[in-house]
Amino acid sequence: MDITINKKSVQKGKEEQEVTPVFNINNLNLWYGQDHALKDIKFDIPEKQVTAIIGPSGCGKSTFIKTLNRMVEMVPIVRMSGEIIYRDKNIFDPKYGVEELRTQVGMVFQKPNPFPKSIYDNVAYGPRIHGIKNKKVLDEVVEKSLRGAAIWDEVKDRLNENAFGLSGGQQQRLCIARCLAIEPDVILMDEPTSALDPISTLKVEELVQELKKEYSIVIVTHNMQQAARISDRTAFFLNGEVVEYTDTSTLFSNPSDKRTEDYITGRFG
Amino acid sequence: MTTDKKNQNSIRAMIKENKSRRSQSAVMEKVVPKFFMICAVISIFTTLGIVFTLLTETFTFFSRVSIVEFFTNTHWFPFTADDNADYGILALVMGTLTVTAIAMVVAIPVGLAAAIYLSEYASAKTRKFIKPILEVLAGIPTIVYGFFALTFVTPVLDSIIPGGISIFNALSPGIVVGIMIIPMIASLSEDAMNAVPNSMREGAMALGATRFEVAMKVVLPAALSGVIASFVLGISRAIGETMIVTIAGGSRPTADINITESIQTMTAYIVQVSQGDTGYGTTIYYSIYAVGMTLFVFTLIMNLLAQFISRKFREEY
Repeated sequence: MDITINKKSVQKGKEEQEVTPVFNINNLNLWYGQDHALKDIKFDIPEKQVTAIIGPSGCGKSTFIKTLNRMVEMVPIVRMSGEIIYRDKNIFDPKYGVEELRTQVGMVFQKPNPFPKSIYDNVAYGPRIHGIKNKKVLDEVVEKSLRGAAIWDEVKDRLNENAFGLSGGQQQRLCIARCLAIEPDVILMDEPTSALDPISTLKVEELVQELKKEYSIVIVTHNMQQAARISDRTAFFLNGEVVEYTDTSTLFSNPSDKRTEDYITGRFG
Repeated sequence: MTTDKKNQNSIRAMIKENKSRRSQSAVMEKVVPKFFMICAVISIFTTLGIVFTLLTETFTFFSRVSIVEFFTNTHWFPFTADDNADYGILALVMGTLTVTAIAMVVAIPVGLAAAIYLSEYASAKTRKFIKPILEVLAGIPTIVYGFFALTFVTPVLDSIIPGGISIFNALSPGIVVGIMIIPMIASLSEDAMNAVPNSMREGAMALGATRFEVAMKVVLPAALSGVIASFVLGISRAIGETMIVTIAGGSRPTADINITESIQTMTAYIVQVSQGDTGYGTTIYYSIYAVGMTLFVFTLIMNLLAQFISRKFREEY
């Protein structure tokens, strides 16, 4: 604990230089057809911290997070320019396999989307497609991932039941476990609690705090209190641009841009 | 007064006026559903009528031929004096099942692969181009398929297969029935796979799954009930198929499985007897009802099975 605090204070003094960035985003532009959805995005995402992306609906925050694992390319009319450097490699490089990227950069979606399979098979899906067949190894991975997602105690006696029998909050934690099972480096979360009740939300938020010890997390959220509660750094998006990106405490207590201030004080959005 | 007149022209007044004329429309409201009901009932009565005819004539047949012989004898040779005639349905059933099996060996892999391609790989543009072609394939009259089997597929097989192939055989119509069923399996399976929510594909892709892994390990299992139902309906269609097997299959009922030799299916036998100069009231005449009944039971079971499968094995999502 002490170490983390020290690290943070160092960080504040010298800005980002102390922390290794996992992503460097340079001049990222994105269009849906004619619609210019992301404009000259440029910032770094630090390692083993929680980076929150806030902003009103339609500001491009979900689009942005989906470019980080190139899921945005599922939209056929999308065009992009600029670069995203993930661990010293440009993810848009044709030689960089999209499956390899997504194995490193996992994602949790807005609506829980478990597969129509058993709880066990949901978690084991990722390791299995990546060639892990040993039953003993899979058993261990499933338990470890479900524990990691703080859902093990709730499901340990019903691992062979269909995942659709779980509540929404449990399904979302199962999806997080599914993501953890392939031991990613970064976890992207696209409004992971917007479909959940307050208690499930709290559980997921606590989980995020646990997970950041081992993973770098980028979380898109509509909920500014949530960003303030769980993130280390916050980026405020507006109309496809990054208006402000700084320490969460600074952004919420002392925003430097008028538009940020208007947004966080509830004047719009 | 002027305001009253104005009110009479308002929508409210017009509705009121129209309501007073409603007695006429009330009659329509009562008569029209009755008419619709009669139309619906016609199809039910037709079905009942057909089943009734089948049953009575089948009973007459079984008063002349033992039901045990019918289901256990492996020879079917009715065109002789009644004392020497053999009525072993197994010979015809084997012909039907041989053709059906060959058809499914062709149709299931090709149809399923086409469905996976259309649902998981093809762009919207490609799909728009290919789907109508599939539907054209489904619209070709079966008699055309029959000639295709006899005059094209059989000669081709004859030149490929060492030792040649009879001009009438099970293989050629089997393949062509399979080709005929491909669009049905492709189209129904594609519908089932298309119904799988995209969020599931995204979930798998976000784990680094390739498109093929998404298709085989997420979409196909999720759509399995619809896919299997399409197989069963395809089987049902193959069992009932008549024209192709009549033209290209031959008329030699046999319980032996030899796909390069002439066979006869249940449907082809019915055609043969219907076209011939068999007299009303003869045993042969009644035999086509017994065969028709057997066929009916087969396809009925298949259709019920398809319904059962699509309900029972539906993966909830």
